[in-house]
Amino acid sequence: MLATETVIFASLCYIGVLFGIAYYGDRRADIGRSIISNPYIYALSLAVYCTAWTFYGSVGRAASAGPAFLTIYLGPTLMVTLGWLVLKKIVRISKIHRITSIADFIGSRYGKSMTLGGVVTVIAVLGIIPYISLQLKAISSSFLLIQQYPSLKPLPPSGSIGLWSDTTFYVALFLAVFATLFGTRNLEATERHEGLVAAIAFESIVKLVAFLAVGTFITFFIYNGFADLSQKALSSPELRLLMTLPEDAGAFSSWFAHIFLSMMAIVFLPRQFQVMVVENVNEAHLNKAIWLFPLYLLAINIFVLPVAFAGMLSFGSSGLDADMFLLTLPMADEQVFLTLLVFIGGMSAATGMVIVETVALSTMICNDLLMPLLLHMPSLKLAQRRDLSSILLSIRRLGIILVLLMGYAYFHYAGEYYTLVSIGLTSFAAVAQFAPALLIGIFWKGGTRTGALLGLVAGFSVWCYTLFLPSLAGAGLMPQDFLEHGPFGIAFLRPFELFGLDVFDRITHAVFWSMLANVGCYVAGSLFSRPSAMEHTQATMFVDVYRYVGRVHDSSVWRGTAYLPDLVSMLERFLGKERTEAALDIYATDYGINWDQSLTRDPGLVNHIEKLLAGAIGSASARVMVASVVKEEPLGIEEVMDILNETRQAIIYSRELERASAELRAANQRLQELDQLKDEFISTVSHELRTPLTAIRSLAEILHDYPDTTPDRQREFSSIIIRETQRLTRLITQVLDFQKLESGRMRWAITTVDLKDVVEDAVSATGQLVAEKRIRMQVNLPDASRCVEGDRDQLIQAMVNLISNAVKFCDPDRGQIEIRLEYVADRLKVSVADNGIGISEADQKQIFNKFQQVVDPTRGRPPGTGLGLSITRQIIRHHHGELKVESTPGKGATFYFSLPLKPTAAIPAQ
Amino acid sequence: MTRDKINGRRLVGLFLLGMLLFNFPLLHLFNRPMLALGIPVLYLYLFAAWSLIIFLIHMISRSKPDTPFPDHSE
Repeated sequence: MLATETVIFASLCYIGVLFGIAYYGDRRADIGRSIISNPYIYALSLAVYCTAWTFYGSVGRAASAGPAFLTIYLGPTLMVTLGWLVLKKIVRISKIHRITSIADFIGSRYGKSMTLGGVVTVIAVLGIIPYISLQLKAISSSFLLIQQYPSLKPLPPSGSIGLWSDTTFYVALFLAVFATLFGTRNLEATERHEGLVAAIAFESIVKLVAFLAVGTFITFFIYNGFADLSQKALSSPELRLLMTLPEDAGAFSSWFAHIFLSMMAIVFLPRQFQVMVVENVNEAHLNKAIWLFPLYLLAINIFVLPVAFAGMLSFGSSGLDADMFLLTLPMADEQVFLTLLVFIGGMSAATGMVIVETVALSTMICNDLLMPLLLHMPSLKLAQRRDLSSILLSIRRLGIILVLLMGYAYFHYAGEYYTLVSIGLTSFAAVAQFAPALLIGIFWKGGTRTGALLGLVAGFSVWCYTLFLPSLAGAGLMPQDFLEHGPFGIAFLRPFELFGLDVFDRITHAVFWSMLANVGCYVAGSLFSRPSAMEHTQATMFVDVYRYVGRVHDSSVWRGTAYLPDLVSMLERFLGKERTEAALDIYATDYGINWDQSLTRDPGLVNHIEKLLAGAIGSASARVMVASVVKEEPLGIEEVMDILNETRQAIIYSRELERASAELRAANQRLQELDQLKDEFISTVSHELRTPLTAIRSLAEILHDYPDTTPDRQREFSSIIIRETQRLTRLITQVLDFQKLESGRMRWAITTVDLKDVVEDAVSATGQLVAEKRIRMQVNLPDASRCVEGDRDQLIQAMVNLISNAVKFCDPDRGQIEIRLEYVADRLKVSVADNGIGISEADQKQIFNKFQQVVDPTRGRPPGTGLGLSITRQIIRHHHGELKVESTPGKGATFYFSLPLKPTAAIPAQ
Repeated sequence: MTRDKINGRRLVGLFLLGMLLFNFPLLHLFNRPMLALGIPVLYLYLFAAWSLIIFLIHMISRSKPDTPFPDHSE
């Protein structure tokens, strides 16, 4: 016999232990020695994922659909493998921005949007209500069943029972009180609840141990192990079906859809977000948790199938609810202790979920729905109230009670007609609506508030239409016609076969359409709307979260100044005096600020305070509050100009860099060219030196070896030797001259020079050369003598160079050179024309360069160093003239230059 | 490359492996009402693949690829 009193007493003992753990956890947290700061507790707290659905519902699911129950646990396993990419980023972002809930996260991502946070809250609350009702149903069913101990009969439908005699109603009230006591004892600056997490971890151990113990008992003591059960099942045509998935497209698509849903649920269920992200103490804990948590899921599922088989074999046709096999099997075997253990285990699974879920939801309701609204109502003068923390706490408590009562209402009217799993999946499909806005939002900066809002609303509407409303209709709250024939008899719009899509089961169908609407609207809305500055900043801060590590304080686009007393009193209203002082002290030590120095605070502090507040009341509310005391300075035109200016400077600077590097490149190329030319020059010069040297040497050897050569020949040889040495001297002089000119060490003896004399001297100096080649030389000199200033010797050198150059290129047979001197305005023009091969257009530019020689394909490299024209040009330049050339190839070339006349055109003193 | 990045890629690879193991064509192979080791084959397969994935996550999250750089998060 198991008295109701015993059950209640055991439950109360269990809850007492929970409170003890929570109290201990909070105490340890207060003195800074956290008991939850290790990966094992973190992984166990994640196991709040396993609710009464897992504890009772999986067996029921396995008894009706076979392996399909596993999808709900395979999905999270897959999701944690993406942990590094997704979870870690979400955790990091939330830590930096002090995110308190999923509504806060999404609102914050899209420019701290109040509307968005509110919409997310509404979706979360409505979506989770079926899920809460599932827990109520499980607890009340197990309670009602255990009361029958040891007899077993199906439970009567509770819809007929009045409110005040309905156990479930009292269960709901009890849970509300329980959650209130747990979750809203005080207002934390960070919205973390260490004691709560410790209790949840403990509950995870209890439910696992209970399931494994009872599973082992049923499998190995009532039956003879896995093999025995499987063998028996195999021989039953009904149970045989549970070993496989149906072989049709629908089964596999729903298999996939359920895996997808559970992948989303593990992140987006408000309670999962709460324990995984908000309550996370240390990011590194994820490393261990990502394999411990799936291991937990695997362990708690090992006995699901055997229990389902056992239940079906024991009471296949007795009408007992398959969801409750875990409880009814030990009851049928009259195991008092195990029955009680299952009951406690189921209660721990349900209470864990309800506590965390309602705390998370009430935080959202308060921070993201009610506070922003209340703060925006000037008539309430809420922003001026002295102590707001008590109001916040009341709102949260009311939120918890409200959520549980709605859960009860849903259970009362609709929940009874569905299995635990199908109720749960409805909630999963609702929270999956957060996926596009959040997942795409943390990887794609282009997502905008409008897009997110449209996507959420569209997806949620489809969810309502295809799952929520039909579940009400199924319970008789809406006309049944609506399901069978569509609204107003439009078959096209039947909620389970929208637009005639009838290949999927209900959940898959709803997931497909809602995701299509959600992602479609999100992407389209984002592409066709423009983000505000705030949205833009937040998007960047979220997407590039790793890049902005340690630079959080520059995060805000809005800058403001405020008076310290205003800020402090505002913080105190929310956090209390002690916490405020502690928080500000930390900031002061971190940034080396002396509070006494000035009363006006910089934007950095204002941001910091906004973050502190966000931890308590959510980012949207915090912004409203801070705005009420801060003289906000939105980005003015000046600041925008500053930013633009900085950007411009950066661009200019980079252009300069580019130009400088281009110059360097050019200089480098030039150097390489020069280097090559120098090599050529050296080879040319040494060749030029060797030719006369060889001649001199061989002639000198002849003279030396044959002293008896005739005097005539001796004279002839020595004259050749003299000529060759002169040539050598000339060459060396030229090289030296060039070197002097190049390095600017040439000494110029500037006097007044009559160019007529210069030309005559040059002509006579080259007379021998000209005569040798039989060239006809014509010199046209003006009558009047006018003078220029310059170095006489150098000018002669220049003329000699030009003449010998002309001689070199003259027509070999009928050579003709014309030298002309004429006055043009106040300049004196000198030209030297030949009738040689001429110089092509391209070569005209080259010939004045040092070492450059015109190489004729037929005649080869001309004699000389290639320095002549270059030297000449330098000399002329020094005399303020420019050496130029005019030429038609084949008809000779004319070199000319002009020098300025000396103003006092006098006869030279010489 | 930091340890985090390398492990992150390995985990993404593991995710793809999981998607493969837990989905249609491979599931189909084991989708028959038979027993192996006294357990229905589909269940045996699913739990085995699941254990494998968990074991691999464990190995990856524990491993420290050799890297000359200190462990930064980006």
